[in-house]
Amino acid sequence: MPDQEASGNSPYAVRTYEPARLIEALRKMHLIRRFEEGAEDSYMRGLIHGTMHLSIGQEASAVAACMSLTDDDKITSTHRGHGHCIAKGADLGRMFAEFFGKETGYCRGRGGSMHIADVDKGNLGANGIVGGGIPIAVGAALSAKRLGTGAVTVCFFGDGANNEGAFHEALNMAAVWTLPVIFVCENNKYGMSTSTERSTAVKNIAERAGAYSMPGETVDGNDFSAVCQAIDAAVKRARDGKGPSLIENLTYRWRGHSKSDRNRYRTKEEISDWQAKDPIVRMSRMLKDHGIIDDAGLAKIERDVAQTIEEAIAFAAGSPSPKIDEATRYVYTDEAAA
Amino acid sequence: MNAQTGAAARELSYAEAIREAMDIALATDERVVLMGEDIGVYGGAFQVTGNLVEKYGTDRVIDTPISELGGAGVAVGAAMTGLRPIFEFQFSDFATLAMEQIVNQAAKVRYMLGGAVSVPVVMRFPAGSGTGAAAQHSQSLEAWFGHVPGLKVVQPATPEDAKGLLLAALDDPDPVMIFEHKILYKMKGMVPEGHYTTPIGKAAVRREGTDLTIVSTSIMMHKALDAAQTLAEEGIDPEVIDLRTVRPMDRDTVLASVRKTGRLICVYEGVKTLGIGAEVSAMVAESDAFDFLDAPIIRLGGAESPIPYNPELEKAVVPQVPDILEAARSLAKGMI
Ligand SMILES: Cc1ncc(C[n+]2csc(CCOP(=O)(O)OP(=O)(O)O)c2C)c(N)n1
Ligand SMILES: [Mg+2]
Repeated sequence: MPDQEASGNSPYAVRTYEPARLIEALRKMHLIRRFEEGAEDSYMRGLIHGTMHLSIGQEASAVAACMSLTDDDKITSTHRGHGHCIAKGADLGRMFAEFFGKETGYCRGRGGSMHIADVDKGNLGANGIVGGGIPIAVGAALSAKRLGTGAVTVCFFGDGANNEGAFHEALNMAAVWTLPVIFVCENNKYGMSTSTERSTAVKNIAERAGAYSMPGETVDGNDFSAVCQAIDAAVKRARDGKGPSLIENLTYRWRGHSKSDRNRYRTKEEISDWQAKDPIVRMSRMLKDHGIIDDAGLAKIERDVAQTIEEAIAFAAGSPSPKIDEATRYVYTDEAAA
Repeated sequence: MNAQTGAAARELSYAEAIREAMDIALATDERVVLMGEDIGVYGGAFQVTGNLVEKYGTDRVIDTPISELGGAGVAVGAAMTGLRPIFEFQFSDFATLAMEQIVNQAAKVRYMLGGAVSVPVVMRFPAGSGTGAAAQHSQSLEAWFGHVPGLKVVQPATPEDAKGLLLAALDDPDPVMIFEHKILYKMKGMVPEGHYTTPIGKAAVRREGTDLTIVSTSIMMHKALDAAQTLAEEGIDPEVIDLRTVRPMDRDTVLASVRKTGRLICVYEGVKTLGIGAEVSAMVAESDAFDFLDAPIIRLGGAESPIPYNPELEKAVVPQVPDILEAARSLAKGMI
């Protein structure tokens, strides 16, 4: 294969994806980070209420996991789901609008951060229930198999969710029925304050795959290319009708669990060690090393992203709120049934 | 002949009527799949799915592992993405293991997403006491589900409605919970052939009368009709309403009847306190029908206890015909 020859030892992602797609992936990682910083800032300024769970530091996992998906493929997401939503192609204006509780938001202001979804792009939604999306992902895969759509489902969940019964029931069924689903555990070491060491009997969550006779792989979740390689193989396996896989992306959230976190369960050193493994810095370096982007290109991404965020926030701020007398709309499809 | 559809009717059991509905659905809609524990070759714990697996294969009549939470969740996810799953709980009691998916997911996804998606899932729950299966296999939990906006909850009392409500549930874009009474599975009744639907949200007046209204659900409808016969011989003329749908409740039918009779008994198998009777009573108390009441409302519901094993005790904790008679006579006292 001549192109492999030419690329020598270049990373999987560089060998596999067009430069334009890799640049787009980097742009999405920036979008996620700036979106979340923007959300954090808006929260401080009282524009967003409730709580939110930021995925800053985990951007490579979300974007790489969606690289080989189309809009027909589904994802199910989690309470820490902004990155997944953006990775799957969401519009940032509608996301901010949802956070601001506006009628133009993805959920018409009824869902907020914890239920952000983009059904047209295949994102069946974040979830307020730890593990809640896992059986739903298996259901989506069952639909795809029965209806013969060829679509796959990527199911995101955290390390904490792997101790929910729903995880075990769902993986078992996916395996028994050979369904096209990829379980993607984003292991950021903690479920709120409780570390995997204190909560999980296996060292690597990917080992759980053995109990359900599916391949399991633990990868460096801050290495964009490594995640792509593992996920793409699992997606191919699913599309080929060979069934589910479990991929564990080792990563880290820089921010606290949510707005109420006082970071008492981890050290400043641990946080700064992981900040040194910034997935965006690593991705930028990879693209630069392989001549895919230069400093001017990187600066342009940052400028474009900053402008996109600014416009998205302006759109959200200028959008109308839902009407109070429509507070109970969308409970039933036939609204007379309410 | 069925007055409504003109279709020929024949006698079927309640279980056969449900099976026929599922058979029609499987035959006419590729999106329909059945899911549940031992619903394939075993035929279901109550033989409701019977031999459907022979006709439609294991890809459409799917035996799930014993995983109520996961199984219900798979049905929810499948419903969100193009299938029309009918999920059978082996016993309604086991819904307690799946409440997360039913209450947090199925019922709320549409609302949380601002209408971007619907969850057309049908769940079937064999419910109720009378089989000697004791406390964990005999409950009537329909009121729990009736408390959740986003769900629809029905309780067919006859074979005809068991079929019609299931077919209506399949036409419905939202999650419908069907509480089937296990004792009724063997009960026979006339069932129209072919496809027809029984409207969700519509009660049925099973016996017209002028002296008092008995609002009943599920198996209690049959006990109420029994009692009505005796009462009629005593010169009391009750109207018997079969509520059929717990959510959304048919206010109009209940209130119209109470305005006519001025007396109300509500009889249901679920635990009396905070149950269906409380809702029916409040519905009357909050409306103009209240002014028509000539006597206090009486609720007859399950005792404040788990369902016991001993058959005499088991009968004692749910309303029986003599309880209805006694309540009706006490209400009628001032009347005659
Ligand atoms: C069923 C359930 N239990 C508990 C919670 C509260 N809770 C929300 S997120 C969370 C931690 C989840 O940890 P993990 O799955 O590792 O995801 P992460 O937050 O690390 O992304 C907890 C305990 C919940 N939302 N749902
Ligand atoms: Mg975690």
